[in-house]
Amino acid sequence: MSARSGDRWLGPAMFLPAIAYILALVGVPLVLAVLYAFSDARIGTSGIHLVGFENFRSVLESPSFRKAIRNSIVFTLSAQAIVILCSNVLAMALEKPFRGRGLVRFVILLPWVAPVSLGTIGWKWILDSIYSVITWVLVALHVYKPYAAPMWLGEPRLAMASVVLVHCWRLIPFSTVIMLAGRTAIPKEIPEAAAIDGAGFWRTLFQINLPMMTPILSVAVLFGIIFTFTDMTVVYILTAGGPFDSTQTLPSLAFATGIAGSDLAAGAAISLFLVPVLVGVAYLMLRVAHRTEVV
Amino acid sequence: MARGTLREAGAKSVKALVLAFFVVALGFPFFWMVVATFKQNIDLYTVENNPFLFNLPPTLEHLRFLFVETRFVRWLGNTALVGVLVVAITLALAVPAAYALARLAGRWGERLGIAIFLTYLIPPTLLFIPLSRVVAVLGLQDSIFSVVLVYPTMTIPFSIWLLMGFFKSIPRELEDAAMVDGLTRFGAFVRMVVPVSVSGILTVVIFSFTLVTQEFVYALTFISPERNQMVGVGIPIYLVRGDVYYWGSLMAACLVASLPIAVVYNLFLDRFIAGFTVGSVK
Repeated sequence: MSARSGDRWLGPAMFLPAIAYILALVGVPLVLAVLYAFSDARIGTSGIHLVGFENFRSVLESPSFRKAIRNSIVFTLSAQAIVILCSNVLAMALEKPFRGRGLVRFVILLPWVAPVSLGTIGWKWILDSIYSVITWVLVALHVYKPYAAPMWLGEPRLAMASVVLVHCWRLIPFSTVIMLAGRTAIPKEIPEAAAIDGAGFWRTLFQINLPMMTPILSVAVLFGIIFTFTDMTVVYILTAGGPFDSTQTLPSLAFATGIAGSDLAAGAAISLFLVPVLVGVAYLMLRVAHRTEVV
Repeated sequence: MARGTLREAGAKSVKALVLAFFVVALGFPFFWMVVATFKQNIDLYTVENNPFLFNLPPTLEHLRFLFVETRFVRWLGNTALVGVLVVAITLALAVPAAYALARLAGRWGERLGIAIFLTYLIPPTLLFIPLSRVVAVLGLQDSIFSVVLVYPTMTIPFSIWLLMGFFKSIPRELEDAAMVDGLTRFGAFVRMVVPVSVSGILTVVIFSFTLVTQEFVYALTFISPERNQMVGVGIPIYLVRGDVYYWGSLMAACLVASLPIAVVYNLFLDRFIAGFTVGSVK
């Protein structure tokens, strides 16, 4: 290290402003979120008046909240399962160079790089109750009679499936790019040697490629979990939690209660239920980083 | 031998099928936006018409409506202004911090870097309620400066993380030589390190700017007047009048706002991914 005495102060002077900014606008709100959850704050009131576990009690008793918890878990797990499967298949197909690969990659990446809210509006048009192109195709194929097709966003099960579909659509590109990075990190000699020894496609996949990609696979899954579990944009635009709370998630319910319904305290209490998952993901992320980085 | 080539041909066609399926499935909503953008309303809203064909001649009416009769252009301007300000704040705070954590803080720097990166995992949906209060107390409610203040909390952590990796890859001799020549450590950072880090800094600029265009929750929470909206909230929420959806101009707006962002993001994608993978690819 350099021996100049000024350096000792220069370091903190350079990184403290950034840390102060983050403490003030992430750390303080985080503490406030907890305080609000134990208070009776509403939009328009000021000061914090603590009421103990009152909000948690009423939140836990509400049927909407139970639906939201269940939906959040269902959305996150089913979307992740589909995303991991699809992105692995897609990464394999994209790995070797071919003519037009750049263009194919651009189209495949569009759902991830375009603003989420705008892509979701695109889906809202595709799934429209009257003018849906899916409905038109199904009617043309005589699967449904005209005007008798289901409303994709109007029936609980179909609405849930639609939300999962849009989450998958958005995350497959992201996950695929991470998988591609993981595949290029496998030294070429290992699969080649396995092929010479007579290992087939599936054996190479399950005994060599996937195990070697475990760290990167877990990074993709962990980010995927965060992006789905904490997202409210897709649900808010597509179904606004409906019909009858059937697609409500923790974040969308927190918004509906805390901001739209101006009950800040209950909203804060609901969003605090995100924390256990976030802590779990952060812990696993650190383990992955440590195991691979050989610090 | 013949069997080998047959197998290869089989593998190739499977690959082509997989790619074709995903290109269609992932690209379709954007294709469908293009179709809706140029279709006349009567064509768009006649259920019997084949939606894949232009049953009436294409029209520019939706684009005209969007640019002339809505606040779309204003929203684009708001978003660009917020983007520029957020990029400026991010650079001013993240570049020096990343350098200090990479070079001047030893093992502590690494740990602080990881701690800062973890704050990137804290989602807007956890903080938007208390932040709505903070924004109100500061008198920034309904102003675009509310998001100018808050977005850097999302861009700074990831930018510090990206830049730390970047600065570590620069040989120490570069600064050492400059300091032997009489520059201070800070002088060496400004005159020697920053100029060779242009591509890393550019990555941070693009990352921060695109994040501003993509964010939805904070903008929806903090800003309610239509004229002060960001493009990502204005289009899906304010282009809809009551329950009436102007699908043609809605799709046109999505297209016009997404494509430039997508093109730029695509160019820098590999570098963002390097940041996301947290060193799990060596």
